[in-house]
Amino acid sequence: MSPKKDATYIGVLALQGNFRMHEYAVERLGATPIEVKLPSDLDIVQGLIIPGGESTTMSILLATSELIEPMSKLIEDGLPVFGTCAGMILLASNLSDGRSDQISLGAIDISVQRNAFGRQPNSFECDLSVAKIGLHPFRGVFIRAPLVYSVGRDVEVLSRLSDERGASPVLCKQDNILVGSFHPELTGDDRIHKLFLSMVYSQ
Amino acid sequence: MKQNSFDDNFRVKRGLAEMLKGGVIMDVVTVEHAKIAEDAGAVSVMALERVPADIRRSGGVARMADPALIESIKNAVTIPVMAKVRIGHFAEAQILEALQVDFIDESEVLTPADEEYHIDKTPFKTPFVCGATNLGEALRRISEGAALIRSKGEAGTGDIVEAVRHLRSITSDIKALSSAGPQELFGFAKRLQAPLELVQEVAATGWLPVPLFCAGGIATPADAALVMQLGAEAVFVGSGIFKSENPAKTAKAITEAVAHLEQPDILVKVSSGLGTPMEGKTVQSLDVHMASRGW
Repeated sequence: MSPKKDATYIGVLALQGNFRMHEYAVERLGATPIEVKLPSDLDIVQGLIIPGGESTTMSILLATSELIEPMSKLIEDGLPVFGTCAGMILLASNLSDGRSDQISLGAIDISVQRNAFGRQPNSFECDLSVAKIGLHPFRGVFIRAPLVYSVGRDVEVLSRLSDERGASPVLCKQDNILVGSFHPELTGDDRIHKLFLSMVYSQ
Repeated sequence: MKQNSFDDNFRVKRGLAEMLKGGVIMDVVTVEHAKIAEDAGAVSVMALERVPADIRRSGGVARMADPALIESIKNAVTIPVMAKVRIGHFAEAQILEALQVDFIDESEVLTPADEEYHIDKTPFKTPFVCGATNLGEALRRISEGAALIRSKGEAGTGDIVEAVRHLRSITSDIKALSSAGPQELFGFAKRLQAPLELVQEVAATGWLPVPLFCAGGIATPADAALVMQLGAEAVFVGSGIFKSENPAKTAKAITEAVAHLEQPDILVKVSSGLGTPMEGKTVQSLDVHMASRGW
């Protein structure tokens, strides 16, 4: 497609997972979502969202769709990328409890453990405080969520758990990369997507 | 309504269904199968003792799988594990919840335990998926607490015709509701035998309140691409993988077909040289129609 001059194009990786709800959030905020399934879909994107889903499945499909190399290159060149849940796992520099052949884009200096809170009956919701988006709490929806167990020095922790489950980071940012272990797209509250779009606009 | 899209517990249950979209859930009967499925890109595996084609062949009463088998499959893979219970058999569901499976399938593939009532799924923390042949049936299951609907098709046949019929029936009724006036919705609720609130919600949003997947008869990558283009948001493949000549290759091909459902050149590539698909049985030749179980 030929890009319009005043539009902002946000790619949403659409190989598997909950990509459609991210597209709706992007649309609500006035930007144009583009489903990314093949390398050519990346041509005009100004930002990229990697949705929740199964990281093992996405890993395999990223390889067969020949997307790993072009995505890594764009990330290195500073493309703003927002990963939720499985997207966070794929962007993390270090993964435990994953499969040995799982892809890691190594875009953000965090260590992540998959399914660390247990199986689906242990999935949960809780209020999160995210100073960057305002005082009103953000409802975190955690589905078989990954756990961030360590972060590098250059990583900014934007929110942490604060209940009986501990105080581990749930929303982190480093340069052009934003990752969350929960699912803002399931809530209809677009403030975190807005935060990501502000990263895109400031590029 | 006890629960709606804003109820915490229900959103967490529906949330897992949302994450499985665009994926393939594969039936497995051994740990080895489960590993092959995960390697091929399955988003989830359904642990059971016999695939539907074998249930058809051997007959007898089909029940929930041995918890020890389900446990061994849970331990072998990192993806979510589902298991089936008989329609209405809430005690089997309680056992699966205690076993911490990720999703419970109240399935017509097993022999029904209750001819009158399906399970009240609302008190469970584990999400349920239920089959449906039409919109009314789908909405009745959702009103009982199902977090995911799959069109039933005819399991264990490798014949896609029933899956297509059920999917088309559900989506065309959704379209009819979307263009109906508020007054007509009372009549729709009566005809569909479904709660008015859910009928109104479908009319307003143009979709089910939960995701819609497809099951029953998918045997090739083309079958998967067909039902995805007809509106399914993910597919369940039962006998189609492990009754084919080359399960690993077929599983990966179907995974790719679901991701690239509208790219015929990719479908050509993944469909080529797969070996013999499951042999299959036409729906007309069947003695037992599993899709008619439940109401």
